Amino acid sequence: MWWRKGSKEKAKERLKLVLAYDRAKLSPGMVENLKRDLLEVLRRYFPAQEEGLSVALEERGERMVLMADIPLK
Amino acid sequence: MKARAIVVTSGKGGVGKTTTTANLGAGLARLGEKVAVIDVDVGLRNLDVVMGLEGRVVFDLIDVLEGRAKVRQALIRDKRVENLYLLPASQTKDKEALDPVRFQELVRHLLEEEGFDRVLIDSPAGIEKGFQTAATPAEGALVVVNPEVASVRDADRIIGLLEAREIRENLLVINRLRPKMVSRGDMLSVEDVVEILGLKPIGIIPEDEQVLVSTNQGELLVLKGTSPAAIAFMDTARRIHGEEVPFRDLDEAQGLMAVLRRLFGGR
Repeated sequence: MWWRKGSKEKAKERLKLVLAYDRAKLSPGMVENLKRDLLEVLRRYFPAQEEGLSVALEERGERMVLMADIPLK
Repeated sequence: MKARAIVVTSGKGGVGKTTTTANLGAGLARLGEKVAVIDVDVGLRNLDVVMGLEGRVVFDLIDVLEGRAKVRQALIRDKRVENLYLLPASQTKDKEALDPVRFQELVRHLLEEEGFDRVLIDSPAGIEKGFQTAATPAEGALVVVNPEVASVRDADRIIGLLEAREIRENLLVINRLRPKMVSRGDMLSVEDVVEILGLKPIGIIPEDEQVLVSTNQGELLVLKGTSPAAIAFMDTARRIHGEEVPFRDLDEAQGLMAVLRRLFGGR
């Protein structure tokens, strides 16, 4: 259907994410746990910053990096 | 391709490794190369039936590796095309009998003593010992992939393992592409697969009913057919042989030709 975005975009998005974890030999669940723990610590130091805190895998050229995004007011 | 010993692999099963091995082997033989295709899937022998040579199997790969048969006794000469030989896998013996070092020596022997120009090794699915053994003698690899998430994911894994083995000349055979689904955005395109996996394609094979028809009949599509997949397999064989063959327009959304011209712009 012409108004619907094809399913391949979704496939590509999911593949990129799953390959990021595969290549880094990480399980998505572990990153979720790490994220939860990090947020817990961050919350202790930045009680007002809970919104917008994020931890995610990112591809940087050949390397995968774990990015923690902590906005400071 | 510079590599004379080439492993055909995919990680995932059912993506078309055996069909690809059979057709590219026959295609290369048609181009004048002396080719051996070797089935390494011990216990699940299939290359013989796909090629229609199942009735002529006497000895197998394990018989040769364990010295019960000479390699010349075990090689089955295909009568439909000159210079094509099959070395079948063993259907009954323990796959532990397949020793990687001996297998490597055998492939070397075929290339250096028996006058073969090319050896195509049909790898079993998976990333375990069977694949590792199949990859041991390889100087290059054809990674067969379908434009589909599970297959692409497994291909990525296999590419990592090939690189870890220092096998460097690795190229994609993108199999079962459906141009109509690609053009309506419901299938990963050649460009998507190439972008995600970071390897160049050497073959783009469209989905084609004639593949099953020829397998049913035990015939080699590339030798008899003028169907889209037959043409695409022959084109791929020519590229492996060293000819420059442009990719055909399979009626993709953004024009496959445009995409590939961009990809191969430097050559």
